[in-house]
Amino acid sequence: MSQLSNQVAIVGAAETTELGVIPHMSQLQLHADAALNALADAGLKPSDIDGVATAGESPTAIAHYLGITPTWVDGTAVGGCSFMIHVRHAVAALLTGMCRTVLITHGESGRSGVGRGGRRMDAASLQGQFEMPFGPMGPTTLFTLPVLRYMKRYGLTHEQLAMVAVVQRQWAAQNPRASYRDPITVEDVFASRMIAYPFHLLECCLVTDGGGALILTTADRAGDFPQPPAYVWGTGESVETPMVSQMEDLTTSRAFSVAGPAAMRSAGISHGDVDHMMIYDAFAHLPIYGLEDLGFCERGTAGAFIAEGNTAPGGSLPLNTNGGGLSYMHSGMYGMYALQESVRQIRGVAPAQVADVEVSLCLGVGGMFGASGCVVMGRQPRS
Amino acid sequence: MAGERPLPKPTPETEHFWEGTRQGELRLQRCDDCAHVYFPPRPFCPQCASREVSVFAASGRGRLESYVINQRGHPAFDGPYAIALVTLDEGPRLMSNIVECEQTPEALVLDMPLEVRFVRQNDEITLPLFAPAEARS
Repeated sequence: MSQLSNQVAIVGAAETTELGVIPHMSQLQLHADAALNALADAGLKPSDIDGVATAGESPTAIAHYLGITPTWVDGTAVGGCSFMIHVRHAVAALLTGMCRTVLITHGESGRSGVGRGGRRMDAASLQGQFEMPFGPMGPTTLFTLPVLRYMKRYGLTHEQLAMVAVVQRQWAAQNPRASYRDPITVEDVFASRMIAYPFHLLECCLVTDGGGALILTTADRAGDFPQPPAYVWGTGESVETPMVSQMEDLTTSRAFSVAGPAAMRSAGISHGDVDHMMIYDAFAHLPIYGLEDLGFCERGTAGAFIAEGNTAPGGSLPLNTNGGGLSYMHSGMYGMYALQESVRQIRGVAPAQVADVEVSLCLGVGGMFGASGCVVMGRQPRS
Repeated sequence: MAGERPLPKPTPETEHFWEGTRQGELRLQRCDDCAHVYFPPRPFCPQCASREVSVFAASGRGRLESYVINQRGHPAFDGPYAIALVTLDEGPRLMSNIVECEQTPEALVLDMPLEVRFVRQNDEITLPLFAPAEARS
């Protein structure tokens, strides 16, 4: 336990009181609702917080709205994995004494669009010049672009891609807060509306409202809070490109390949140590790329691995146990919800609780394979 | 085309590319020091950081690397349309659309050879689109 002064723990974690369709709350209030829930979870008040990190809103707006006077802020905003990266940056800030207690917030009125700024692409940006003229309409037509190349190179089938959604619905069926809980089959996926060939509706994430927040402090204080801590064992981050058309290789994410192994190395774990895993699933191919880029599956085999039930309830590698972005919720920057599920699994309070979770790995993506952040959490302090 | 596409606004670093498409050339850049050919445009080599780079006219030939067929309505397209990634013979990959071709998985076969078509949008902007190389008209 002498290492505790060199470690950080997540001592507060909560989502917004409601998830799904929340038209009676602005995006800013979604941040605050989640933050207040996380503060209550940790038994803290806003005045106890001296570090603020957020994406989607500025840390200035969040600190002012909640009445916080921070000595450290982080506004890293690289998409849905920003919150994994905030955790990583918070560890550095806490261990170097820049602040003592960090609040990370997310809130997004993705469905209702209340108090949400515009997202227009500048026509003079590289995306505006070299992608937008050719008709992309957001993530359904951009994040999805690499997969036909993957399918040709490795023989991934349409059935295997559909099985990602089928398996995650099995997890969602056990989660009362999941947006969709009814079991589905491959046939149901194929019968759902084609959004952007080869992706059907059920292979695309939901669009909902919600938020979440985390509170971190140094591990020597972790015993002072009402909830069991989730210790941050290791982290990683990277970015590749704002343009999906310019990925180095369409069949692998360079950002995943940097951030994931970095998190595992710093945590001092190998693949067999991971009891529970979250991989940001904006679309059905994301878990396939993630499992391979982190080395849990050989290249070209993750589709079969998932289709055979290895990541399903009762499988050897429980993955996306809240139902994921495909069935649980997806406000736009889903990474916060993946982190929340990892904390619940470590605490032992998840709706679809996996037995004896000592180590949870949480991999996020930002943009269209543009960025990644990864966090490894443990139930005990890192030895 | 039914309506207008969101058109690019050239910058000082990309003006040569859009001047090229107006003149019927697909212009890429090559590093004078390490010979790396790259896209999108910038006045230095992304591989070795040299500022000694040259613009040249590419062949306009490539192959279909990947695509999706968008089913949602877009004001500039009639019905479902493919958003494609084209890998040029010179190496770089770019986003485009496939013309003179059915917009179906059966017609859009990965690795099919393609060649550029310059499609004028207005006095300033001409977009590089691609057609199956066999469908030479």
